Amino acid sequence: MSYDQLILTFGLLMGIAILLYVILDGYDLGVGMLMPAADAQEQEIMVASIGPFWDANETWLVLGIGILLVAFPKAHGIVLTALYLPVTAMLIGLMLRGVAFEFRIKAEGWHRELWNWLFWFGSLMASLAQGLMLGRYITSFEAGVIYWMFGLLVGVSLCGGYILLGATWLVMRTEGVLQRKAMIWARWGLLWVLIGIALVSIATPMLSHTVSLKWFSFPETLPLVIFPIAILYAGWCVLMGTGRLLGGERRTRSRGKARDWMPFASAVIIFLLAFCGLAYSVFPYIIIDQLTIWESAAHISALEIVLVGVVIVLPFLLAYTIFAYRVFRGKVSKGLYE
Amino acid sequence: MDNPDLLLLARTQFGINIAFHILFPTLTIALAWFLLFFRVQYARTHDAAWLATYKLWLKIFALTFAMGVVSGITMSFQFGTNWPGYMLKVGNIAGPLLAYEVLTAFFLEATFLGVMLFGMERVSTRLHIAANAIVAIGSTLSAFWILALNSWMQTPAGHVIVDGQIIAGDWWQVIFNPSFPYRFTHMMIASGLTASFVVAGLSAWRLLNTPTDSSALRTLRIGLVVAAILAPLQILVGDMHGLNTLKHQPAKIAAVEALWQSGKGVPLVLFAIPNAQTQHNDYAIEVPKLASLILTHDLDGEVQGLDAFKQNTPPVAPVFFAFRLMVALGMCMLLISWAGVWLTRKKHPPRWLLWIFACFTFSGWLATLSGWMVTEIGRQPWLVTGVLRTADAVGKMSEASLGSSLTAYVLTYTGMLLAYMVVITHMAGKGSAVAARSRMDKS
Repeated sequence: MSYDQLILTFGLLMGIAILLYVILDGYDLGVGMLMPAADAQEQEIMVASIGPFWDANETWLVLGIGILLVAFPKAHGIVLTALYLPVTAMLIGLMLRGVAFEFRIKAEGWHRELWNWLFWFGSLMASLAQGLMLGRYITSFEAGVIYWMFGLLVGVSLCGGYILLGATWLVMRTEGVLQRKAMIWARWGLLWVLIGIALVSIATPMLSHTVSLKWFSFPETLPLVIFPIAILYAGWCVLMGTGRLLGGERRTRSRGKARDWMPFASAVIIFLLAFCGLAYSVFPYIIIDQLTIWESAAHISALEIVLVGVVIVLPFLLAYTIFAYRVFRGKVSKGLYE
Repeated sequence: MDNPDLLLLARTQFGINIAFHILFPTLTIALAWFLLFFRVQYARTHDAAWLATYKLWLKIFALTFAMGVVSGITMSFQFGTNWPGYMLKVGNIAGPLLAYEVLTAFFLEATFLGVMLFGMERVSTRLHIAANAIVAIGSTLSAFWILALNSWMQTPAGHVIVDGQIIAGDWWQVIFNPSFPYRFTHMMIASGLTASFVVAGLSAWRLLNTPTDSSALRTLRIGLVVAAILAPLQILVGDMHGLNTLKHQPAKIAAVEALWQSGKGVPLVLFAIPNAQTQHNDYAIEVPKLASLILTHDLDGEVQGLDAFKQNTPPVAPVFFAFRLMVALGMCMLLISWAGVWLTRKKHPPRWLLWIFACFTFSGWLATLSGWMVTEIGRQPWLVTGVLRTADAVGKMSEASLGSSLTAYVLTYTGMLLAYMVVITHMAGKGSAVAARSRMDKS
């Protein structure tokens, strides 16, 4: 494998790790943000639905940042120095929610209320900060009010996206009243995320010349229209999926078993498409207009030794992740430790 | 680097973060093996008391693990935010070691933790025990990689310089660098001691609440026996580790001994206040020739003092005091565990003894932290000995953002640590109350 192919492989791996992180931790951050909308009993079930997974979900963040660190050390320093404050906010948010998650199970009375509140607050803070990081990243960390406003817009949109993931996750993993509530949350989340994607898509080419060139050099870029169309179609699937489930017994019976995983799968596809769109806009830069992945890559010896590890370990990792999800498949009907 | 305040702030922040983080893995690494033992005992005997013990410690484990995960994520970011020069200079060595840690260990433990915590009714006994064993192996493996990297930074080996870049010439030498076997063993035993004192201390706490709790008495004895075996081993390994340091990082040992001038037949300083201005120890209490005897196994052996290393010396006072605190704690732990095993072997321990165990619950943490302070402050001014100075690796953030984030971190950590200690003692107390109630219901 040549050096260039190696670098490209690592770019791809980093993308996959970040995408998996966003989807996997996205649903549990979304569930965290939805906590105040549910009653005490439902909160127990919501927490139980993510309990066995959240530790491993956050590990993907470490892998993503780890690959940035290992494969693209020059970019790692620049990105993290530029994103210093949002990164700090995200880390504190993740810390609060992580420990609040564990503490709330063991607490009673007002203590539990306090941890619930911190769990919600930490989830919100981490999601908002991640969106802000993305927004700052897209605009190459430009200073100025307008760029920070854009960052906030992305932050708020990402919260909508995580709420969509969290709500559709609950549609898949719960039943009864909570499931119906989750369907309504999912529809709100969908509206929110579609507006967010639209606004971000309008603002991005206005703020970034490089991205605008990538998008609007007709007619070569005409096939890109597939992205918004596909996203709208996936959104339609979320709407239909929840609608069919909400539609009650009669229609369900006539159309066969309602597929409760459909909305979640569609939400994942929305994230996948948005992510591919982003990757297309940025490539081959790792920091737009400043540094390409080729310029920032580590020495070939470091890439080779890590690739060996990845190739050996990844199949096992995927296998036991699937195994863990299979162990906890099916509907969640009671709290943890009950 | 021309801004000493920024360097100090960056070091303080990273130091606080890493000190906070290390508390939790130190406990979980060995606690995972304790849990495996409890789990196997339950599977073997079907005794409900073992199950209750397992479940109580499982909850404590989950909490501790979560604290470790979230503070560990912070660490992975602070490499980049605080020390961008580090990855630039030695990224080709440090990167792969960290990557292997995440790939082979972190995912393994985090994924099987879910099965271990919540899967008891969902998988077979054999599979559940396997999940528990995998978590234990994963966390030990994780320590292996991290300590390999840390040891390489202390005693670099196996690297070559090609086109101005530092790359690995021989990975085997990089990983099994001169100080690694000693540091790894020392840290693993430290983890074992920390966990056994937490097990014994919280069990003592339970017995103070509910003196009739027989399962708490059983875990108290287990904790004490493990501690009694590990404490003398640790002193032995610690001595070997010290001799290894003398060979490879003599400046660190000079700081540990507060030995300002090189000489033959140097005394062991038991206590003093090292004075960096006068290069002298104030109020020193010394034993003649003992340092030479310990370090060179010869009464008149020559030992290098701080003057032999010119500017490349660490600050003496923190290293000197941290080392003495660590040794003192180690001796106390040895004494308490041996006395404890002897005094609890047949009869129920008296309340005053239980109080001592309870007070020493977190003594392992203190000893571990002081040990790390010795080794990390002791290798200054180097980040990677002879290769990279700490001052050359620091990032270019503003003092304001470093200061404000430092404040935010300190507040969060203090809150988390307090909550953690209150909650686990509370859980231990409640565990006993539940056990007592169910016994009363039966009779």
